[in-house]
Amino acid sequence: MPVASADRGTLGRFSVLLVQTRPEVLALSPLARPDSVPPPASTPPHLLRNFCIIAHIDHGKSTLADRMLGVTGIVEDRQMRAQYLDRMDIERERGITIKSQAVRMPWASATKEPARPEHGGVRPEGAPGGLRTYVLNMIDTPGHVDFTYEVSRSLAACEGAVLLVDAAQGIEAQTLANLYLAMENDLAIIPVLNKIDLPSAQPEKYAEEIAGLIGCDTADVLRVSGKTGEGVPALLDRIVEVVPPPVGDADAPARAMIFDSVYDTYRGVITYVRVIDGSLSPREKIAMMSTKATHELLEIGVSSPEPVPAPGLGVGEVGYLITGVKDVRQSKVGDTVTGAHRMASTALGGYKDPRPMVFSGLYPLDGSDYPILRDALDRLKLNDAALVYEPETSAALGFGFRVGFLGMLHLEIVRERLEREFNLDLISTLPNVEYQVRLDDGSTAEVTNPSEFPTGRVASITEPVVRGTILAPSEFIGTIMELCQSRRGTLRGMDYLSPERVEMRYTLPLAEIVFDFFDALKSRTRGYASFDYEPDGEQEADLVKVDILLQGDTVDAFSSIVHRDKAYAYGVQMATKLKELIPRQQFEVPVQAAIGARVIARETIRAIRKDVLAKCYGGDISRKRKLLEKQKEGKKRMKMVGSVEVPQEAFIAALSQDGSAGEKTKK
Amino acid sequence: MPSAFPPGDPAPADGSLPASALSGMPSRTFSVYVHVPFCRVRCGYCDFNTYTLPELGEGAPAVGAVPGLMGAFFEAAQAELRLAGGVLSEGAPPAAGTVFFGGGTPTMLPPEVLGELLDGIRGQWGLRPDAEVTTEANPDTITPQVAESLAAQGFTRVSLGMQSAVPHVLRTLDRTHDPANVAQAVGALRAAGLQVSLDLIYGTPGESLPDWRRSLDAVAELAPDHVSAYALVVEEGTRMAAQVRRGELPAPQDDDEADKYELADEVLASLGYAWYEISNWARDPGAACRHNLAYWRGGDWWGIGPGAHSHVGGVRWWNVRHPRAYADRLAGGASPAHARESLDDGQRHDELVLLGSRLAEGLALDVLTGPGRRAVAGLIAEGLVDGTQAVRGRVVLTLRGRLLADTVVHRLLAA
Repeated sequence: MPVASADRGTLGRFSVLLVQTRPEVLALSPLARPDSVPPPASTPPHLLRNFCIIAHIDHGKSTLADRMLGVTGIVEDRQMRAQYLDRMDIERERGITIKSQAVRMPWASATKEPARPEHGGVRPEGAPGGLRTYVLNMIDTPGHVDFTYEVSRSLAACEGAVLLVDAAQGIEAQTLANLYLAMENDLAIIPVLNKIDLPSAQPEKYAEEIAGLIGCDTADVLRVSGKTGEGVPALLDRIVEVVPPPVGDADAPARAMIFDSVYDTYRGVITYVRVIDGSLSPREKIAMMSTKATHELLEIGVSSPEPVPAPGLGVGEVGYLITGVKDVRQSKVGDTVTGAHRMASTALGGYKDPRPMVFSGLYPLDGSDYPILRDALDRLKLNDAALVYEPETSAALGFGFRVGFLGMLHLEIVRERLEREFNLDLISTLPNVEYQVRLDDGSTAEVTNPSEFPTGRVASITEPVVRGTILAPSEFIGTIMELCQSRRGTLRGMDYLSPERVEMRYTLPLAEIVFDFFDALKSRTRGYASFDYEPDGEQEADLVKVDILLQGDTVDAFSSIVHRDKAYAYGVQMATKLKELIPRQQFEVPVQAAIGARVIARETIRAIRKDVLAKCYGGDISRKRKLLEKQKEGKKRMKMVGSVEVPQEAFIAALSQDGSAGEKTKK
Repeated sequence: MPSAFPPGDPAPADGSLPASALSGMPSRTFSVYVHVPFCRVRCGYCDFNTYTLPELGEGAPAVGAVPGLMGAFFEAAQAELRLAGGVLSEGAPPAAGTVFFGGGTPTMLPPEVLGELLDGIRGQWGLRPDAEVTTEANPDTITPQVAESLAAQGFTRVSLGMQSAVPHVLRTLDRTHDPANVAQAVGALRAAGLQVSLDLIYGTPGESLPDWRRSLDAVAELAPDHVSAYALVVEEGTRMAAQVRRGELPAPQDDDEADKYELADEVLASLGYAWYEISNWARDPGAACRHNLAYWRGGDWWGIGPGAHSHVGGVRWWNVRHPRAYADRLAGGASPAHARESLDDGQRHDELVLLGSRLAEGLALDVLTGPGRRAVAGLIAEGLVDGTQAVRGRVVLTLRGRLLADTVVHRLLAA
C-alpha cells in the first residue's frame, strides 16, 4: 500500500529502533520485519488487535507492559529504562504528565487467526503457519473504581482484555469489577498469572480460582513473569489468536470514540480515540457529536510509545488527535468524533456526562488564598472533566467551594494536587452524597451540602446506594457482615472463589462508605479484604440532619445528614470530640448536637482560668517571646464561630476520620 | 536534661557586640548574673542547667581548695569576667546595680569562693553603693557561719528554696531539706543582717489546697521580706515529665493552680505582701528583687557561667551549657557564647509588652500600637485589666488578668 512520502521519516525512525533491538529480541521470538509492519492508516483491520490489561494496582501491569514494549522490539529494555527516567524528569521539570494511553506494537506471529463470521468465514490472506506481522494496540485503563466510567470507555475501545493476576496474591475486588465490565463489553478474556518467578507464587491455586471465576480450563490460564520476560511472547501470540479483529465500515462517515483526554501544557488537549467506522486524516475538520463543536485537526498520530504523527487512522485503529483546544471538557471521554464535512448521523452509544457522587466543601485555611484556590480549580478542570464545583460560603470556614467528585479517591487526588501543586492549605468538610428531599408541600430539593437542607416538614428523602463487592479470606465473613450491617448494608449474595476466599456482594448506602468504610474494612480483616463498588440507584431512607451548635450558634461545617438511628451516636461523638479539640475560652461554651430544635447531646467546655506561665527568669525571655510568636501564628489560624475561637486544627481534626490531629491542639 | 535553648544565630568567637548594642549603656541599668551549675542531687522537676558531681564524674569536693570541675568552673568564670570587661569596655557600662548568683546551688561553693567571684565583678565594673547582691541557697546549706560569711563578702540578700512546708510535697519534688531547717536558715540569715526571700512551688502532684495553705501559713510565720511563688511546670525531659507520662504522677491542672494562685495572693496580701510581678510579692517596695525587675524592665546584664543568658541593648545570647565545654572555650581564649539573637523593633516591642504587663507597675498605654490600645477597653470590660489604672494611662492586670496574662498579651499585641 502506498504511504505518503511525508511520513517516510516517521517510519524510518520506527525501523531504526527495530534494527537496534533486533539481536536481543530475536533470541526471544520471531520478529516483525520492518518492511512487513503495517503502517497507520493502511493497516487492514484483520491485522489489528486492540486489548487492555486489567490488573490490581501492584499486580505488575506496568512491568508487563514494559516487557511487551521490549519483546515487540519497539523499545529496547536498556533504552526503555533510560527513557522512562527521562520521562519522569520531564514530568518533574515541566509539571506535565506524559502517559502512554495507547501503544502500537508490531508482533510477528505464526498463530492461526480466528475465522470471523463478519469476514464471511473467510480466513484472511496469508499462508497458514507462516509468519505474519500484526499490530497490537495496548490501551491503558485507569486503575480505580472512582473512574469506572473511564474504564468502561477504555474497555469499549478494545476487543480483548488480559486479566492479569499476581500469582502470589490472587484476584482482588477491584480487578473483579473491571473484569465484569470487560465481560459486559463482550471482550475476549485472556487470563494470566503474573510474577510466577516469585518464591511465594501459588500458580496452581490461583489458576483454579480464575478458572472457576471465568469458566475456563486451568490450562488456559497463562503464566508469565513481567520481570524475567518468561511467557510474554506466548501471551502476545495468544492475544493474536483469541482477540477478535475490529470490525467497522471503512466507507461510512468517520466515527471514533474518545477513551481518554489529557491536557498538556505545550500541546493543549491530547485526545485518544479508537476509530470505529470510516477514517480520520490530517488537515481535516472534525466535530464532537455531543456538542457539535468543530475543531481543526492539527496533528493525528499513534504512540509507539512516543507520539508519532501518522497519515491518518483507519477502521479499528487507535491513536491520538491534537486540535489545539485547551480544556478537556471540549473533548470528553465517551464522546464520538466525526468528520465536520461528512458527519455521522448517530453517535456511538455509551456516552455519559460524568456525574459526581461525593461532595465536599473545600476551604483555604488562609481566607486570602481563596482566589488561588479558585484559579487552581480552574486549572485542574482543564485536565479533569469530572471535576465540578461552585462557590459556597460557610459561616465557620469563610469562602470556599462545594466540589463534586467521582468518589473518595478522586477527592483525595484533587485535594492532594491542590495542596502540592498550588501550595494551598485546605480544610475539607465531611464528604457527603447528594440527597433528594421532598417536602410535604410537594417541593423537592437536591441537597449536596447538609447546611442547605431545606426547612419544613420532610415527606421523604432518597439517597444513592451502591453495589459493593468484597473479596476476603473466608475467616472474616462474620466480621465483614457485622461491619456492613452497621453501615446499613444488605447482603446480596456470597460465593466462594476457593475454599479460603469468598466474594460477598452488598447493597450499601453510598453515604455509609464515603467516610471511613474502607479503613474499617481493612483494619478488621488485617488488610486482607479488598473492596469495590459501583452506583446502583437510589433508595428512600429515614434520614435526619444533625446540627452542631457552639454556644447556641450552628457550625455549618459540622452539620451532617445521617440515619435517624445513628443521629444520637453522631451527635455524642462530635460533641465529645469538639470538647476535646476546642481550647477553653474565657467563658463557658456549651457544645450541643440537635435535630431541628431538639438537643440530642450536650457537652460543656469549661471556662479557662489560667494560661500564664509563672516563671520568667532572664533565660526564659527569648523562649517566651518565641512561644508568643508561634502563638500569634496560631491565632491567625483561629476561626470565630460566634464569639468562640476555634483553631483550624480543631476543624481539621473534627472533620477528619480519627481525630488524631487533635493531639496537637490540646494544651 | 535541662530544657532546650531557643534557636539563635551564631555568636562571634571573640564575644564582641555590635556598636548599636553598646551605645547608650551608661544610661541603662547594668546587672551581673553568675550561674553556678552544681547541685548535690538533682530534683525530679528541675530543668535548670545544673549537674551533680557524679554526673560530672567527680568525687566529693575537697573543702577550700575547690578541685576538679568546680575549680575549673571558678577559673573559667573569672576568665569570662575578664572577657566581658573587654567586650563591654567601649560601651562604658555603669557600676553594677544588682548581682545575682543562681544555679544550681551556688552555696555548694564556700562563701569565700563566691566572694572571690563577687570581687572579680567589683574589680571589673564596680558595684553601686546600694547594690543588691543575692544568692540562691538550699536551706540545708545555710548555717550561722555561712550566713555571717556571706554578709561579710558583701551579699545583701538570700533567696531560699523552701518550695513547700509539707513533707510529702517536698518528697515528690525530691527536696531533701527538713522543713524545720528553713526556720533555722531564715533565723541565721536575719541575724547576719541579710534580706530573705522564700521560693515556693505550688501545684505539685499530690498537693492539696490545705497542703498549700499550710505552706503559706509557714511563710506567714517565717515572715520573709519577699516571696516568690511559682506554679509547677512539668518540663519536657525531666524525670517528673517521665513519671507523669507513665501515669505515676498526675499532671498539674490549670484550675487547681488557679485556685492556689488566688489563695496565695489572698493570704500574702492579708499579711501585707503586695504583688509586684505575677509570681512575686514583697513586704514593701524596697524589698522587691531589683535584679529580676531589671530583667523585666529590659535592663542590660551579663550572665557568667555555663548556659547563662545575657542581654545588652537588644542583643540576647546564651553560653554553651556543659561546664566542661564552657571551661574549654574560655581556656582557649574564646567566648563561651553558644548562639545569640539581635532583636528587631517588632521583637523588642513584643518583649516590652510581654514583660511589662507582668508587672504591678504595668505598661504605659502609649507604648502600645493603635490596635493594641483599642483592645484595652474590651480587656477592662472582661475584668482582665484594671480600669482605673488604664484611665491613668497604664495597663495593669487584675487578679483574673494575671492568671490569663497570655490572653491579655496576645490582645495587647493585637495578635
